[in-house]
Amino acid sequence: MSSFKSKVAVGSDRFESQRSAMMDKIAQMRELEQRTVDKSELRRPVFEKRGQLTPNDRLKRLLDPGMPFLRLFNMANYLWDDSNPDTSLPGGSSILGIGYVSGVRCLVWVDDSGIRAGAATTGGWQAARQAQEIAMRQKLPFIHLVESAGANLMEYEVELWANAGVIFRNLATMSAMGIPTLVVLHGPSTAGGAYMPGMSDYVVGVKNNGLAALAGAALVRAATGEVVDERELGGTEMHASVSGVIEYLAEDDAHGIAIARDIIDGLGWNERAPMSEPRGFTPPKYDPATIAGAVPPEYTSPYDVREVMARLYDGSEFEEFKSRYGPATICAQGRVMGMPCAMIGNNGPIDPSGATKAGQFFQLCDSADMPIVFLHNTTGYMVGTEYEQAGMIKHGSKMIQAVSNVRVPKISFYIGASFGAGNYGMNGFSYAPDFIFSWPNSRTGVMGGEQAAKTMRQVAEVRAERKGVPLDVEAADKQQAHIEAVFERQESAFYSSGRTLDHGMIDPRDTRKVLGFCLMTCREAKARELKSNTFGVARL
Amino acid sequence: MSKLIKTLLVANRGEIACRVIRTAREMGIKSVAVYSDADVNAPHVKMADMAAHIGGSPVGESYLRIDKIIAAAKEFGADAIHPGYGFLSENAAFSAACDEAGIIFVGPPVKAIDIMGDKAKSKRAMIAAGVPCVPGYQGEDQSDAVLIKEAKKIGMPVMVKAAAGGGGRGMRLVHKESEIENAIKLARSEAKNAFGNDQLIVEKAIMEPRHVEIQVFADQSGHTIHLGERDCSVQRRHQKVLEEAPCPVMTPKLRAAMGRAAIEAAKAVDYVGAGTVEFLLAKNGEFYFLEMNTRLQVEHPVTELVTGYDLVKLQIMAAQGEPLGISQDDVKLTGHAIEARLYAEDPADDFLPSTGPVHLFTTPSGDGIRVDSGIETGGAVSPFYDSMVAKIIGYGATREEARARLITALSQTALVGVKHNRDFLLDALDQPVFAKGEATTAFVGQTYGESGFEAPAPRAQELALAAALQFTLGQQRSMSRAVSPMAELLGWHSAQPVPTPFVYGETLVEVIARGKVLTASVGEEIFTLNPLYVADNQAVFEHNGTKIGLTYFAASETHIHITSQTQSFALINLAGGSAGDEAKAGDGSIEAPMHGLLLEIKVSSGDEVKIGDTLAVLEAMKMQHEILADIDGVVDEIYGSAGSQIAADDLILVIKPVED
Repeated sequence: MSSFKSKVAVGSDRFESQRSAMMDKIAQMRELEQRTVDKSELRRPVFEKRGQLTPNDRLKRLLDPGMPFLRLFNMANYLWDDSNPDTSLPGGSSILGIGYVSGVRCLVWVDDSGIRAGAATTGGWQAARQAQEIAMRQKLPFIHLVESAGANLMEYEVELWANAGVIFRNLATMSAMGIPTLVVLHGPSTAGGAYMPGMSDYVVGVKNNGLAALAGAALVRAATGEVVDERELGGTEMHASVSGVIEYLAEDDAHGIAIARDIIDGLGWNERAPMSEPRGFTPPKYDPATIAGAVPPEYTSPYDVREVMARLYDGSEFEEFKSRYGPATICAQGRVMGMPCAMIGNNGPIDPSGATKAGQFFQLCDSADMPIVFLHNTTGYMVGTEYEQAGMIKHGSKMIQAVSNVRVPKISFYIGASFGAGNYGMNGFSYAPDFIFSWPNSRTGVMGGEQAAKTMRQVAEVRAERKGVPLDVEAADKQQAHIEAVFERQESAFYSSGRTLDHGMIDPRDTRKVLGFCLMTCREAKARELKSNTFGVARL
Repeated sequence: MSKLIKTLLVANRGEIACRVIRTAREMGIKSVAVYSDADVNAPHVKMADMAAHIGGSPVGESYLRIDKIIAAAKEFGADAIHPGYGFLSENAAFSAACDEAGIIFVGPPVKAIDIMGDKAKSKRAMIAAGVPCVPGYQGEDQSDAVLIKEAKKIGMPVMVKAAAGGGGRGMRLVHKESEIENAIKLARSEAKNAFGNDQLIVEKAIMEPRHVEIQVFADQSGHTIHLGERDCSVQRRHQKVLEEAPCPVMTPKLRAAMGRAAIEAAKAVDYVGAGTVEFLLAKNGEFYFLEMNTRLQVEHPVTELVTGYDLVKLQIMAAQGEPLGISQDDVKLTGHAIEARLYAEDPADDFLPSTGPVHLFTTPSGDGIRVDSGIETGGAVSPFYDSMVAKIIGYGATREEARARLITALSQTALVGVKHNRDFLLDALDQPVFAKGEATTAFVGQTYGESGFEAPAPRAQELALAAALQFTLGQQRSMSRAVSPMAELLGWHSAQPVPTPFVYGETLVEVIARGKVLTASVGEEIFTLNPLYVADNQAVFEHNGTKIGLTYFAASETHIHITSQTQSFALINLAGGSAGDEAKAGDGSIEAPMHGLLLEIKVSSGDEVKIGDTLAVLEAMKMQHEILADIDGVVDEIYGSAGSQIAADDLILVIKPVED
């Protein structure tokens, strides 16, 4: 394996200025995360008065101490339900992630009921749906700590109801696949939310506060006139002893979580995933933390993506594939935390030889059963007569075809630009990556804003010329500025991550850790044979 | 006339049985242990070549049964019996029974036991032999009038004692003449109850004396020497706690005088073997005969360390009729030794004995450290026998070196499962009065007063360490259960760190890992702790550049016992909720969650209770724990009583569920 020689001068002016720009982006991400935590924390007195733990305190008790926790969809719903960047709360009223519970890697979903009582949000349910898909793909037990006001009737939108049904269907699918689903009912879960415990394999209900009913007391009164006692209607004590919706009755939140941990422990889940230990390894020669500094935060400044690879691979060692052919497209093989994996990165647009090289490389990886990591930093496929004649469409298409059909784990990172079909060929969001994360500086879209605006101005100029009228320069300037603004806004990783067009935003310096965690997750999934059934486990 | 012993029965248990067996083995003598029901798995039984079961757990059914012990000796072909200390060691009838059965009794002749076992008789014998005695009355006439008259003659203060007494029972200190009559009455009744003999003696009370004793040795030819003295002034409830050799205020002249007196005492009763002549040493250098113990003393190791002799070996040689082969001039005292007795007891509660399982017992080893113990991890301290479980001895060239080594050794000693006095021993060793060698028999009373030794409650740093330890153990547990542990990812959270909470009593400690290093916040205080090593009940944390070593025992995922260099404490992490232990929840059997003092029982039999009602209050580690009802029902039977000590998992009361 060749050891990469970095050309980055740590501590140089350029390094420091790039680092400081990247650190600003990271700080922006952390501030947004903290904004949600702080907002939720404001409700602590309410939870304490009810004898409850806050959602964040529930998560603290659920997770094993000192084990890794990969947060998913940390930016979900940012700028979506609330378009004001100064007030919009990322997270979608959900805390989602992959962490360890009693030594078992689990997909964890905590309703952040400190925020609008955990009412459903547009981004929140999209994130939850995708998290379920990740759980299914990676065969992860699914734990949901429930306390949700359900749909917000004040902001009703029919699509939310229509689409959200998939959340319950996924629970049914998981049960049939043999993936345990577990709910701790901490608070109310009414109407559709009642199916959350209803559809889960294991339900722990917390006394006094846990509540599940198809219609809450208010709706029952509105619909039938019946004046009901809420605990009689759907209290956990009733469900545990009368309806049979609940399997385990807990004294309080902490006890409920302790029961959940015991249930997971009792599964013996890891006893059925025999695996070989990964090979021993040395950490990268170049500190992964120097990614901030080594990389210019704006994609318009070119740099060598191998500088990133050297900060991800064990020992900063990797073997380049066809380094002299299609040199702007870098393909490499090496190990991350002892696990073999391939990487593809861009040192510019993808040209025909880069595309053919990538397509061949993907097929080889598939054949070798080697996970592929995609480091997106491309403005797309090459355009122009020369490239069209060289078969850019054909080669680009076949690269996209190859990436679509490979059967190995695919892990993508938006590290710079990811534009146009280049995003597809590099295994973008719609290419079913096992995991996909954004750096806070990254930008995505059909093309760059300036390019789009210029394109539309060109069209206007051609149209004016054809009509033989002079170009309305003021209108054209206005249009150009508008297009640039729209693109600029939507290109931002914060925006696209808010739309759940990735699995979350990460600190670029953590990329090796995220990658190691994801590779191990995929490896574990591959080694695990699920005991599936046809209809899911019934609660009779 | 000498007869070699081939098989030695040790009529004792615990550390002394182990100690005797060790020397027997060195001398090529086979050993026979005896054991009661409670001791079936005890260390001395495992250690001996053979073992005989001699009856039930109470001493009256086993270790005091002369007939059974003699029968066991015959059955296993033992030609000698070593009685150890306590039990039958100073029982003339036992010695006589051995003689009758043709078995060598490793101890003095019956006559010596007989005389020295009676305070009045021995005192008369000592006065006759010219051994200095505390001025007093030990006459046959026991009438109140005579006793009062004699007491007044001696002069206040006086001590009224049971003639057959020991261990402080039947003993009364009288400061004023007007109190004499009442003291006699009380002492007499105590003596009658405790010893079945209400004979009293009256002595001048020597105030704040030192307890200094001389080790004597005699062979069957009458050759008698002394092996120097031991200072055993540090006592609580008239039981020795710290013993040392030599005595810090000893002079060669005084030693010679006391040694001479001790030899005279031994010769006066035709003594053979190991004996100890106890004296009170007054501040002015006068010394008075107290009593003679006709057996091996608990504290004999300090003499062994400063003389270099194996006293058990000398005992066996004497019993075999061999000459000692040591002249008084041969005896040289080198260095200094201090012994600390580790008792299973509660120093905070008048040193009341504590019993229970021994979850963990670790002792140090090293230069200048000796440990004689009779318990082991996995064993138990039973209520049937003496609460002393081990002796930790420090030896060095100087007293200060011995003291420092003993402190180090004790700081590395951990006992989990019963309350014990380790922290008290460490505190006592560190008291300036003791450090300067000025401790008298009044030391414990003056230093710790009526309330005894109160261990300080765990401070923020201890709570932080406990949380960091439980955090690390939890992480290790998770890693061992996980499919693919990834060292590089430990303690990493991709977004906002999610700390792990630990709740001890009312205190919340949150621990966050940043890579390997842990941050524990206790209220406003933040501790950065780096776990360097956590395995096999030993932990080392680095904190602000210093290393902190701990011994721990994790009784469960939530329950941890920690022994730091100076403190032993137990904590329960309540972060798992009020009913954290699902297995125990809901069956109405209310058990103590930990060792502690049952402060109050708030309900009575027949009371109706609801889940969550407070039933009792347990005080442990200075924190009050409310014990709650786990089911609705009616209080059935109450087993615990307010004000009593209670062990973990002891049943406090039972709630009968209400039938629907």
